[in-house]
Amino acid sequence: MFPNGAAPRRVVVTGMGIASPLGLGVEHVWRRLLAGESGISAIQSFDVKDLPAKIAGQVPAGTRETGGLDLNEWIPPKDQKKMDRFIQLAIVAAVEAVEDSGWLPEDEESRAATGVMIGSGIGGLTTIYDASQLVASGRAKRLSPFFIPSALINLASGHVSMRYGFKGPNHAVVTACATGVHALGDAARLIAFGDADVMVAGGAEAAVSELGMAGFCAARALCTAFNDRPAEASRPWSEDRDGFVMGEGAGVCVLEEYEHAKKRGAKIYAEVIGYGMSGDAHHITAPPDDGNGAYRSMRAALRSAGVTPEQVQYVNAHGTSTYADDVELGAVERLWGDAASGLAMSSTKSAIGHLLGAAGAVEGIFSILAIRDRVAPPTLNLEKPSRETPIDRVAKVAQERPIKVALSNSFGFGGTNASIVFRAAP
Amino acid sequence: MSETAEKVKKIVVEHLGVDEAKVTEDASFIDDLGADSLDTVELVMAFEEAFGVEIPDDAAEKITTVKDAIAYIESQKG
Repeated sequence: MFPNGAAPRRVVVTGMGIASPLGLGVEHVWRRLLAGESGISAIQSFDVKDLPAKIAGQVPAGTRETGGLDLNEWIPPKDQKKMDRFIQLAIVAAVEAVEDSGWLPEDEESRAATGVMIGSGIGGLTTIYDASQLVASGRAKRLSPFFIPSALINLASGHVSMRYGFKGPNHAVVTACATGVHALGDAARLIAFGDADVMVAGGAEAAVSELGMAGFCAARALCTAFNDRPAEASRPWSEDRDGFVMGEGAGVCVLEEYEHAKKRGAKIYAEVIGYGMSGDAHHITAPPDDGNGAYRSMRAALRSAGVTPEQVQYVNAHGTSTYADDVELGAVERLWGDAASGLAMSSTKSAIGHLLGAAGAVEGIFSILAIRDRVAPPTLNLEKPSRETPIDRVAKVAQERPIKVALSNSFGFGGTNASIVFRAAP
Repeated sequence: MSETAEKVKKIVVEHLGVDEAKVTEDASFIDDLGADSLDTVELVMAFEEAFGVEIPDDAAEKITTVKDAIAYIESQKG
């Protein structure tokens, strides 16, 4: 597969963008995350009286300057109606990432070497719901010509490519809650293999809707016991956790071949050094009790990174605030063995909720920032863990730690697991 | 300007996000106002909704300018 027997190329991160329940803008979100703030709040955009779960992580309204979302600042109003909210959020994060990277090539050759791989777990759920209502009421002929392109998952990548003229590989990942990590990892491999020099990669999700909430409630996956205390609802590893808190948002990274980035003097945040995947082959929504899928995914990622567990100082856990938190914990303990006591592992879902297909990308960015600033973001609400562990779960308060290598996990329905490893900029 | 003409222009401005001054009667949706083929489909649907008329596909294909739209709608309203 490698041209002329060449070795895989090194891949670095040169741009990042986030739209999340803690707001817009990587630095703004990161500051709030480290300060222990929560982005979870009561749902007000639709009626929740029939829903057992009434809270979520929602991207706050505001202006770009204040870290809030005003779509008109990002997408012309006439185009907004041609895309579901997940695509809108993807564009917001992609624009920040691309501007941050400074990679805005005008020449055809550079544009052809730049691709996009932004995925989503669910895609245009609200768009599909609204269109279904129209058809069910006998008004199929009133369906917008933009219905299908608004709902399709790969249209996030499509819109970003059209905005910047990026004509390289145009691809999209759909692996439920593992989407974000798969997108970053697969995009890095495309660069390593020479299919592209630069990839705009990540995930986006906008399933905080009546249908989305009802669906996950039906699967008994969502937290319902903390409707009156939203900031306390997402509590990974806590004894009294009772389900995940739905979140929306997007995370996008600009990944770039190392020499390419060096040559143009780009700012380099970190290097993508490892990527691993596995399948559970077990159950549609639950992991096996022994966490062997998570274990194999992390082991594969470390192997491809060429590092041992002792060399990793921080893990950003999948940690959704469900019973599966302890399954992942067990897998990390087994893989790290005696090195577990030197490890920090936190779940940033405690602050922003579970962004489904965007989770892995946003959490990947948090892992990169943890390396940049040598600080582990906290796991909020962790007072009484369901069980003890030698691993430091960074309860409630961020910790300065000598982080040089970080691993981020994302696991999805269908038994799909992905882990990615970053190292400090070369 | 007739009431129909005014309403048609307003719909065009809203749907295509263009400056009102550009929406002259001779303006072509695609050539002058930046619409693509899906935009024109949506525009025709908006006319149908707003005026309570049905515009069959073969008639819709011939509506390419603001003037065409006004003329067709007025003819239907009789």
